[in-house]
Amino acid sequence: MNTRGLRSQLKDSVPVTGMGQQVGAYGVQDTLRSGFSSVKNELLPSHALELSEKNFQLNQDKMNFSNLRNIQGLHAPRKLQMEYRAARQIQRLPFLQSSHLALDTLKGNDESISFEDILNDPSQSEMVGEPHIMMEYKLGLM
Amino acid sequence: RKMATLSVCQPQLGGFSFENCKRNAVLEAEVTKLGCNIPSARKTGTTICGVVFKDGIVLGADTRATEGMIVADKNCSKIHYISPNIYCCGAGTAADTEMTTQIISSNLELHSLSTSRLPRVATANRMLKQMLFRYQGHIGAALVLGGVDCNGPHLYSIYPHGSTDKLPYVTMGSGSLAAMAVFEDRYKQDMEEEDAKRLVRDAIAAGIFNDLGSGSNIDLCVITKGRVDYLRPHDMANKKGVRTGNYKYKQGTTGVLTKSVIKLDLEVVEETVQTMDTS
Repeated sequence: MNTRGLRSQLKDSVPVTGMGQQVGAYGVQDTLRSGFSSVKNELLPSHALELSEKNFQLNQDKMNFSNLRNIQGLHAPRKLQMEYRAARQIQRLPFLQSSHLALDTLKGNDESISFEDILNDPSQSEMVGEPHIMMEYKLGLM
Repeated sequence: RKMATLSVCQPQLGGFSFENCKRNAVLEAEVTKLGCNIPSARKTGTTICGVVFKDGIVLGADTRATEGMIVADKNCSKIHYISPNIYCCGAGTAADTEMTTQIISSNLELHSLSTSRLPRVATANRMLKQMLFRYQGHIGAALVLGGVDCNGPHLYSIYPHGSTDKLPYVTMGSGSLAAMAVFEDRYKQDMEEEDAKRLVRDAIAAGIFNDLGSGSNIDLCVITKGRVDYLRPHDMANKKGVRTGNYKYKQGTTGVLTKSVIKLDLEVVEETVQTMDTS
């Protein structure tokens, strides 16, 4: 079986860049929004699982698409990704809660329950994004 | 230190949040300098076991939950429901076993609704091992999973890091060695139900009497095709003793000097009857 495709996909699936770096204009550290930075905070994850959890869904998707490509050919993952891209665009404005119903149905998240549904529910979070700034960021004006 | 506009760039995600890990590490260092301890998780310090007999599975567990050196719960339930034909005993951190079994039970229910079939034990096993491996052992749940499905009775033991074993008899928890000694001595293939129940009861009793982390009563769960007997408690191995002496004083111990009776005249103003819903 041709596994070359799989290996090239997984090679850079866990990027070891800084954790939570807020990049502003010109690709420089955004001190206004995220405060002063320290190298230790940025480089090392605070928990062994932090990196792997951040990339878990991405890695799963890459692996599944690679398998699908090897089994059924290039058209299968391409069609699925096209549908995902379309469903991802059905959203409210960034600071409001969107249900992601179409995206969840496509991904199969409507038929399973995991820690993402129980812990840290985004609709119950104590921090609210600033609407104007989030819209400007989304439209690329700032 | 985090500002309200943190959520500009990344969308809010659910699941585990590692925000406080660095703060906790700093606090732990400080507290150790002062000589105290940070609060520890409640473990089950357990003896759990399971055995395959002729028609099905017998699962057994003790009922003590410990918090360090103190018994936190004298009668906790360690045999968790997964599906009508599958039950799971949990050892390790109490909260982890509880939440893990509940999540897998919900997922199995959704899965069986969409396949419209009774779930298989191998499905529950695979779901559990994939979740535990994903969290690399940080979820401290050691489980004994047993049930009867269309392919017969199955018994699995699942370790916190995600490895599983499919065996005819398994034990887990701090009292597992005592219970395994009983199994190794008396296990036979294709036992009758009463023999299997007696064997599991003796194995758990060995764990209760020889391990500090296990105690109180013995719970059993017998699963056969079409029938589940959840025997809680099956055997009260450690009954609290009855006081032999009576510490109440006899009437007349204290001498009575004077006695006066005052009659209170009460008149009934209103009488209402409220029925209680005891369903």
